[in-house]
Amino acid sequence: MTRIGLIRLLVVAALIGALELACRSGLIDHRVIIAPSQMASALWTLLASGALDADIARTLGMIGLVIALSIVLGFAAGIAIHALPRLRRALDPFFATYYAVPVFIFYPVLIAIFGLSVMPIVLIGVATAIVAMIIATLNGLDRVPRVLGKVARVHRLGRFATALQLQLPAAAPYLFTGIKLAVSYGFIAVIAAEFILSPAGLGRDIADAYADFNNRRMYALILFLLVVATLVNAILHGLDMRFAARRSGDRS
Amino acid sequence: MNAAPVPHEIHAQLSGVTRTYPTVPGAGAKMPVHALGPIDLDLLRGEFFAVVGPSGCGKSTFLEVLAGLQQPTAGAVTFEGKPVGGQVPEGIGVVFQEDASFPWLTVWDNVAFGLRRSGVAAPELRRRVEDAIAFVGLKDFARAYPSQLSGGMRQRVCIARTLVLQPRLILLDEPFGALDAQTRLLMGDEVLRLWRRTGATVLLITHALDEAAMLADRVGAMSARPGRFIEIIATGWPRGRDSTIVGEAAFGEITGRLWERLRGESLKALGHAAVPAMAAE
Repeated sequence: MTRIGLIRLLVVAALIGALELACRSGLIDHRVIIAPSQMASALWTLLASGALDADIARTLGMIGLVIALSIVLGFAAGIAIHALPRLRRALDPFFATYYAVPVFIFYPVLIAIFGLSVMPIVLIGVATAIVAMIIATLNGLDRVPRVLGKVARVHRLGRFATALQLQLPAAAPYLFTGIKLAVSYGFIAVIAAEFILSPAGLGRDIADAYADFNNRRMYALILFLLVVATLVNAILHGLDMRFAARRSGDRS
Repeated sequence: MNAAPVPHEIHAQLSGVTRTYPTVPGAGAKMPVHALGPIDLDLLRGEFFAVVGPSGCGKSTFLEVLAGLQQPTAGAVTFEGKPVGGQVPEGIGVVFQEDASFPWLTVWDNVAFGLRRSGVAAPELRRRVEDAIAFVGLKDFARAYPSQLSGGMRQRVCIARTLVLQPRLILLDEPFGALDAQTRLLMGDEVLRLWRRTGATVLLITHALDEAAMLADRVGAMSARPGRFIEIIATGWPRGRDSTIVGEAAFGEITGRLWERLRGESLKALGHAAVPAMAAE
């Protein structure tokens, strides 16, 4: 582990330790927050009982679906829009202001249309995440050196081969930014949609535990989601660093 | 790879070639720009031909038209007797001024890129890639990424990627433009070595008169836009030359003659009226 990584770990450990002390000493009321060790213990009990299995599978499955759809469709849309400069000029203002509009206001509309099912959650998730991927794809394609297009022609590559073998890897750092954003937005959108209104899922579980004043269950679920989201982001960050090191020449 | 050049056989030919761009990019008015020509040139098989000219005279356009990367507005281009148009013919390799190495691939994979596509058997591919990497002096860097190399080394990666495909016509578009003068001289020696070994016809675009005078059998001096050849000078250098010829009197004479032909054109390109050499004194 690097020195910076160690400092980072110590900061997190200190904060958790401080929260533990504050809860155990009664400085923080247990009806507000329970001690981190109690959260971990409650989570372990819940996971061991298997009571969460169906909700975990449903929520993580939906997050995975939202992320996959956003990345694939966002990338395809980005390529198509990049190839049509007039369409891009027309759409640019929408992209620039997209995240200024709370997309979630359409969630009730989607429920009214599709009913209380998986569909509205997936759609609101994709609507939240896809534009980040489109913007990242456009940025990435803008930054592909023009000379690579000439190299492709010298090697007599077709359009598909050029996109796959040259444009995609050349734009990869920017695409990776889009992927990271799509993952974050996917998590946020699915959990938030479940929290607002859903027949099942971890977000719904948290909302129910909150309504029942069941702090042990609520914090256990929150801890679970924090751990999963942190792990996924750590993996993505690690991959990003690895690719960046190749390109920047830092191979340490 | 060691094909002996056949003297005076026409390898590539441009006849009455012009290139006009319909608009000036970024300009308000839609004014067509006559960038090149008319150009008539016979490139002889196995010769080293250099093109020099003022900035913006159409040197790179000339190369791209010859390569098949751009269509001429008028005239015809042939390579090995077949018309060039629409796409780059097999047998032509191009090294660009910009760094065109692939940063996501190692040096080895960069060089192997074209061969992998052509379906060459693995042992043959390995042999040719290693040979090309060794030729450009990057054997110890085969597993390095371009970001770990200097600008000159990255350009050598691009040269190796071209060389490994065994092109019969190698087009070099100011490949050393970003390098310092000493490195350029050494890279010039490498290009001469490459030229001798492959027996390929080489066309070099450069803005450096000394580079053109040192490397080429013939140097085409191009006018300000629209670029056309105002003189083609035969250098008369032996095939086994290297950068040490820069100390010879003939080198100074060739360079001086090129500058004499290009001075007025360079002033035109800068927007000045052509003036006699001593007028300013």
